[in-house]
Amino acid sequence: MQRIKCECGHVNPEGTVLCEACGKPIEQNQHIDGNENKKLLNMRYEGSARRSKTYNKSIVDKIWNFFSSVKVGVWLIILTLIASAVGTIFPQEMYIPPGVNPAEHYKDSYGLFGQIYYQLGFHNLFSSWWYMILVASIGVSLVICSIDRVVPLYRALKKQRAKRHDVFIQRQRLFGETKNATSEDIQKLVEQLKKKNYKVTEDNGHYLAEKGRFSRWGPYVNHIGLIIILLAAMLRSLPFMYVEDYVWVREGETKVIPQTEQQYYIKNEDFIFEVYDENDERFAEAIKRNGEMVPSNFQTNAVIYKVDGDTIPGQDPELTEVKSGEIIVNKPLKIEDIDISLYQASYQLNEFQSMSFKLHVKDDAEENAIGEFTFDMQNPQSEYDLGNGYKAVVDEYYPEFYMENGIPASKSKYPRDPAFIFFVYGPDIEKYEVNFLAIGANLNPSEDNKYKLSLTGLDMRDVTGLTVKRDHTLPYFAVGAIIFMIGVVQGMYWYHRRIWIHPTKDGVWIAAHTNKNWFGIKKDLEKMLEENNIEMPKDQQQLE
Amino acid sequence: MANKKQKRLIFRTIVLLILLGAVVFALVTNLNNDNEVLEEGQLAKNFELAQIGANNTFNLHDDFKGKGVMLNFWATYCEPCKDEMPYMEQLYPKFKEKGVEILAVSLDSTTLVIENFMKKNNLTFPIVHDKRGEVMDAYNIVPIPTTYFIHPDGTIARIVEGPLTLSNLESYLNEIVPDS
Repeated sequence: MQRIKCECGHVNPEGTVLCEACGKPIEQNQHIDGNENKKLLNMRYEGSARRSKTYNKSIVDKIWNFFSSVKVGVWLIILTLIASAVGTIFPQEMYIPPGVNPAEHYKDSYGLFGQIYYQLGFHNLFSSWWYMILVASIGVSLVICSIDRVVPLYRALKKQRAKRHDVFIQRQRLFGETKNATSEDIQKLVEQLKKKNYKVTEDNGHYLAEKGRFSRWGPYVNHIGLIIILLAAMLRSLPFMYVEDYVWVREGETKVIPQTEQQYYIKNEDFIFEVYDENDERFAEAIKRNGEMVPSNFQTNAVIYKVDGDTIPGQDPELTEVKSGEIIVNKPLKIEDIDISLYQASYQLNEFQSMSFKLHVKDDAEENAIGEFTFDMQNPQSEYDLGNGYKAVVDEYYPEFYMENGIPASKSKYPRDPAFIFFVYGPDIEKYEVNFLAIGANLNPSEDNKYKLSLTGLDMRDVTGLTVKRDHTLPYFAVGAIIFMIGVVQGMYWYHRRIWIHPTKDGVWIAAHTNKNWFGIKKDLEKMLEENNIEMPKDQQQLE
Repeated sequence: MANKKQKRLIFRTIVLLILLGAVVFALVTNLNNDNEVLEEGQLAKNFELAQIGANNTFNLHDDFKGKGVMLNFWATYCEPCKDEMPYMEQLYPKFKEKGVEILAVSLDSTTLVIENFMKKNNLTFPIVHDKRGEVMDAYNIVPIPTTYFIHPDGTIARIVEGPLTLSNLESYLNEIVPDS
């Protein structure tokens, strides 16, 4: 490694573009920042030696330099963006209807493009190894880019001297010459700068006034925040940090809580659904505008049980009550022993619980009951005795009825839209009479029935949807996000301004540099130089 | 100078190793998450469920010792599940002789619908009812049908998500025939 000794005496690391101390351009390295044939110096990273641009020897260096490149980082981000966008064209596998074969589903629903989509694995994009590697590479790039830039920048800002090389001063964007300026004029300017909260250092009659160097660390603070957020996301794959699942529980039902290894059960005692009163004048108008009822509360009154002793799945477990309570939106019920909380997340109202029927003579206008029975959706019998020798046999029960190619079938096991085929037997019925009943429809295949089954009543129940969750990662996300914001604010609302006062034989040179907001630094200078004999520096970029 | 270069190499190597470790950790944990519960080669979890249409309870570990077991998770509201039932019925007698049992685990909510389906289709292989969905939870069943083929020693030979064809079914059943 060759170190470069500047004429000011400072020894710079290899690859330095502008001497760390005096700012003199180092001749052989001007191509690095594209300074050749330009009037102005590129002040990025103070012209310090970014290691990545200098060597490339061992494999470690090669990997390091690959990730250290901002160009590579930007490409990684672009590729991830494109991939993420493609992943949203069709639904991901977890969102297609349960029970269907994905290979067929994508082909049937979206055609050839859907098939290609499936075969290339885009249906599971966000958990695919290559997508995760892309995101991870962004993280790696973030760390290495930051290390490779913050260290040299820090060095250069620390080593800078007040006395700069003539060339450095002349090649700043804001530069002005004043002949016949006296040392009193200079002193006055120094005082003015101090009043404006510039930190002034002196070196042999040369001055450097600096303000807001703190702003330069903004991007790196910001990156630290991002890295913490990435780490927090990684923690989510550890079960003791993060668990998320979902469970639907019907009123009166006792169900195993997922993610508890079948050790805990929940019973839905009651689901309460309250709406805002439409007769209350405070809400009346809003409810009218909304066109439907607005829920004011939904909650589950739940009991949590623990399994006693060893049971294998499927056996009737011995349950002991652990706790009971209300689960309200934003007020979860926590099971302390296993550190899992249940959140009210969703609901379905009015599932059928039971339906009552009566048998009567079809032509009887009074519909006098010959016999009655109640069909319990949870626990149906295969036949119901109606008395006097009549009985109804359940031939088919469809909890969620629909017709598939003319054949009745059920979409699910949940009684949301039940339909029944009953065979009615009786002493005066030759074989049996078929009764096909569905909600709001009489689908009887035969007109010749003597008897008829009619609905007399029904019971409804609600279903609660609960999120089962353990999340200890949120504080890390919060810390990461706060640090991220601090970094943004630091870089956005402060400016790193420097003004160099460079006395010459017959006057003084003034040069100034800021990392952003050139308008602001010009204003600063104009105000001070108004009452001074020193001329306002010119913006050399505009002159070019 | 050489010293400094060496220090830099060590620093870079350490940073890269830490980053590599983090990436590997993230990949491994995320890619393994899905099959965390059960995978091929592991011991199939035990369960005990009541048989439909018979006064009998099946215990996976006790009742099928030394036999290959095909566990088929299905439901009456699942069309592709119902489609493969005839294949199972067709192969059941032949493989029962060879020491392979077929056990269909229904995820329906009521015994009534399962019984009706069984009778109407004249199914002879045993069907058990996972009423509370505990076995489904234990076996991490997401799509149905899902079928587990279990070796006579109780380890999982194969997990098939989605429908089976007759020829697939036969070859998978052959894999779990016990050595005589």
